[in-house]
Amino acid sequence: MFPLNDNGMLSGLLCGILFGYVLENAGFGSPVKLSAQFKLSDWAVFKVMFTAIVVAAVGLWLLRLAGVMKPDSIAVPQAALMASAAGGALVGAGFAVGGYCPGTSVAGLFSGRLDALVFIVGVILGTTGFAVFYGTALTSLKAAWLIAEGDTFTEVYAVPELVVLAVLGLALIAVFHFGSSFERRGTGTVTAQQAVEGAR
Amino acid sequence: MSASEKHGKPEIKPFWSPLAAGIALGLVLLLTFVLSGHGLGASGAANDVVAGVGLKLAPEATRANGYLGPMVADGSPIGSWMTWEILGVAIGALVAAFMAGRFRVQLDGARSVGTPARLISTLAGGFMAGLGARIAGGCTSGLGLSGAAALGISAFVFLALFFATGLIVSRLVKGV
Repeated sequence: MFPLNDNGMLSGLLCGILFGYVLENAGFGSPVKLSAQFKLSDWAVFKVMFTAIVVAAVGLWLLRLAGVMKPDSIAVPQAALMASAAGGALVGAGFAVGGYCPGTSVAGLFSGRLDALVFIVGVILGTTGFAVFYGTALTSLKAAWLIAEGDTFTEVYAVPELVVLAVLGLALIAVFHFGSSFERRGTGTVTAQQAVEGAR
Repeated sequence: MSASEKHGKPEIKPFWSPLAAGIALGLVLLLTFVLSGHGLGASGAANDVVAGVGLKLAPEATRANGYLGPMVADGSPIGSWMTWEILGVAIGALVAAFMAGRFRVQLDGARSVGTPARLISTLAGGFMAGLGARIAGGCTSGLGLSGAAALGISAFVFLALFFATGLIVSRLVKGV
């Protein structure tokens, strides 16, 4: 029965190597490619993310259905909605300004980008800042809009999991449809050649 | 052999299509859930590094810190699954970039906005992303991607605000 709950070195290295390999091949080591998502000229970030979310979510559902994966056995983030909103806004702003997020900055650095190294220094400083100023203000943020009944739409609002998956599937189609339409009207998506040459 | 290869430069291979990359990423994420019981992440590694380095440099202050203290109660978190995973991300990205002729040392953004402005924008962006990830309890990978695949409500709240704020801020500031 899965999951194996293997949190050892080899499990971490294997998942990480595959993750980094896919991130770079998607073009996500390039801040030009990444920040083009917010300029709406290249929708690769949301197309890749939504496809991955649907593939993994449907895969998990099928594995549970087949009895291979134990029910309620994977980590689901706590429904601390205020903290998620505030943090999401800050990560979005950091992505728009810096051109990376924490994971893609590692892909950026290891495809040769020194600005990604400076971004990582910023991430370390931001993390340290959080720890230094950790106190009642930050813990009350975590407690605000906290849904105590559960963490998923199924647990809290009794929406069947199949309905949630179907809505996600429709959202995926919408992201590809509207994204591609924006890409056709804009300056074109960022090619590997343009990404390697760097921002101009 | 292409024109660029004749001139001794490796050919730059195109990126994967978003659909192909998305399916590959989804399968990697699924494998991660099956192996470890949780999803992929990134900012968690920065968290572990800060706690681990803090324990080395300032053990008293780190143990006394309300946030880092519980993290170092059982010793240094360097060597956690997340720190091995982020080392793997570095290896995987390096291999992919080299195999595709896409490895180039540069300060990306220096030409478009100037070196000083680029250093400030990337440092400020990293700071906001690092702080925001700790407030939310995850970043784009750990909360946005993995949390959404686990169908967590907070992941979709995170993604909505991530997108809305990024859209607005990218119109006000040119960072790259």
